Amino acid sequence: MAAKAKTTAGKKTQSRGTGRGAISIRNVTKIYDPEGVNVMAVDNCSMEIESGEVCMIVGPSGCGKTTLLNVIAGFHSLTFGEIYLDDELLCGPDKPLADQGADRMVVFQNGALFPWKSLLDNVAYGPIVQGVMSKSDARDKARDNLAEAGLGEVADKFPGEVSSGMARRAEIVRALINDPKVLLLDEPYRAMDALTKSIMHESLLEVYDRTKVTIFFITHDLEEAIFLGDRVVVMTTRPARTKKVVDVKIPRPRDYKLLSSEQFRVLVEEAKDAVHEEAIKAFEAGERELA
Amino acid sequence: MTDQAISGIDTSKAQAAPKGLMYAWHRLKKSFGTPTPYLMFFGIVLWLGTYYLLTEGWKVPRFEKIPGPVEVITEFFSYDPIWGTSLFTEDFHTNVYVSCRRIFIAFALATGLGVPLGLFMGWSRKFKDYTFPILETLRPIPILAWVPLAIVMFSGFETPIIFLATLASFFVTTLNTLLGVESIDESYFRAAGCLGSKKHHVFWHVVVPGAMPFIFTGLQISIGVAWFSLVAAEMISGDYGLGYMIMDSYMVNKYVSMVMAMISLGFVGWITSAMVRWGGNRMMQWRVKALALEGR
Repeated sequence: MAAKAKTTAGKKTQSRGTGRGAISIRNVTKIYDPEGVNVMAVDNCSMEIESGEVCMIVGPSGCGKTTLLNVIAGFHSLTFGEIYLDDELLCGPDKPLADQGADRMVVFQNGALFPWKSLLDNVAYGPIVQGVMSKSDARDKARDNLAEAGLGEVADKFPGEVSSGMARRAEIVRALINDPKVLLLDEPYRAMDALTKSIMHESLLEVYDRTKVTIFFITHDLEEAIFLGDRVVVMTTRPARTKKVVDVKIPRPRDYKLLSSEQFRVLVEEAKDAVHEEAIKAFEAGERELA
Repeated sequence: MTDQAISGIDTSKAQAAPKGLMYAWHRLKKSFGTPTPYLMFFGIVLWLGTYYLLTEGWKVPRFEKIPGPVEVITEFFSYDPIWGTSLFTEDFHTNVYVSCRRIFIAFALATGLGVPLGLFMGWSRKFKDYTFPILETLRPIPILAWVPLAIVMFSGFETPIIFLATLASFFVTTLNTLLGVESIDESYFRAAGCLGSKKHHVFWHVVVPGAMPFIFTGLQISIGVAWFSLVAAEMISGDYGLGYMIMDSYMVNKYVSMVMAMISLGFVGWITSAMVRWGGNRMMQWRVKALALEGR
């Protein structure tokens, strides 16, 4: 996998991006009121994500990072502020809820492949319902894309019949067939063991090197964040604010050998304290996660 | 069988999964390695033995009037039945046929109305707000309480009976379908939204298949309930059918025929349930396969 990643890799990080998929988050605040009490999930958060950047959001569980993703994806409305995608307003004061669309594809925490469709039909679903491809074209392309991701053999199986790693990979294939501007990942590898995780990381990097799609990736795993990201944003516990930004200037393509390098360890050290501090705060607050 | 099977379990290469009859044979062979078939056999023997001893063996008081297993079985398979009804007489066929036809119509009506109603209720908040209170008020009314109204509302023998059976299974189907839609994980709706689905796509690709497991659980219960209310209705107002046969035999002291009708109901009910289950498995291969991997 690593060797393959090297051969298909792009040039250098500075030529990164396809010129689309830049997200501008400006002073976003989100207040929930479950049971009549206002709870601030995100507090005045601003962030500029460049086209083709891998932006990793790290914070303790339940800190409001998923809320931010849900606002971008159009699952939740925002309370104040505005979000732009390629200079077009997604949501703002006059339009608190963004439209859901295939330009921002979400990969969910627990996986959301439709269990009643085969992997192939799952992948072909997007282009078919959007009306951009005929049924047979979509299925042909889906089969090609699955084969490219090493899932050719299991394309006709149902998600319940394959391993969670394969299912997650198929979910990314399902997202990418729609040629999204941004890939939004919400702790996609949370429930996986370390070995599967490392395989998933390399396959995601391989996908990134090939497509240069903008990635907005939520995690609470700092090493995962640094391994994958161009930039790691450490968030405070609820309400979520930007606490620390770490630029990861490690050239791509990257492989797992990086994990034992000096450069990597220095970066982890740099961000560790910030993350740990917030984790303690979150633990002591003991609040339940918001959906 | 190849010699690999003799030398032990073959895991060296991908085996073709057995299909069709071979699969059934494979399952059967496997099941004889478990206690299940023996326990089942023992259970049946125990039950029949108790029944025999109570009635025909020891003739325990209060049981002596009840026809015993030997008497019932002999009568059931007799070409010249003493009480006039057996597996080979026409009136028995008519009774079974009439009951099955009523169940078929009632079940089809209840499913045809209940499943779409439940789906819409689960799908649209507004629609649920309109309909749920009425449904929840009507649902607890016992089916027997509907009998007089059914007789007043409908003419003849057939329609009131079908109405009652439909009503009972309709409530079960609707409620289970509604619960089915509500059980669908929110992330499937979100994923569908992300992928650019329009409302009707969400309905056909998420709501309907997602509710399917609950729908079929509901249908299994609903066909049982349909039989239950059908027999109750036939006993009160009917001119044919297994329920009618029970009541009619009772009135004229043909207890053997009465027990025969009861046993027939058991078998027919079992077969209809199995058919629903089979239909469900056919429509939900994705679920069958996933469950099979979990060893169920």
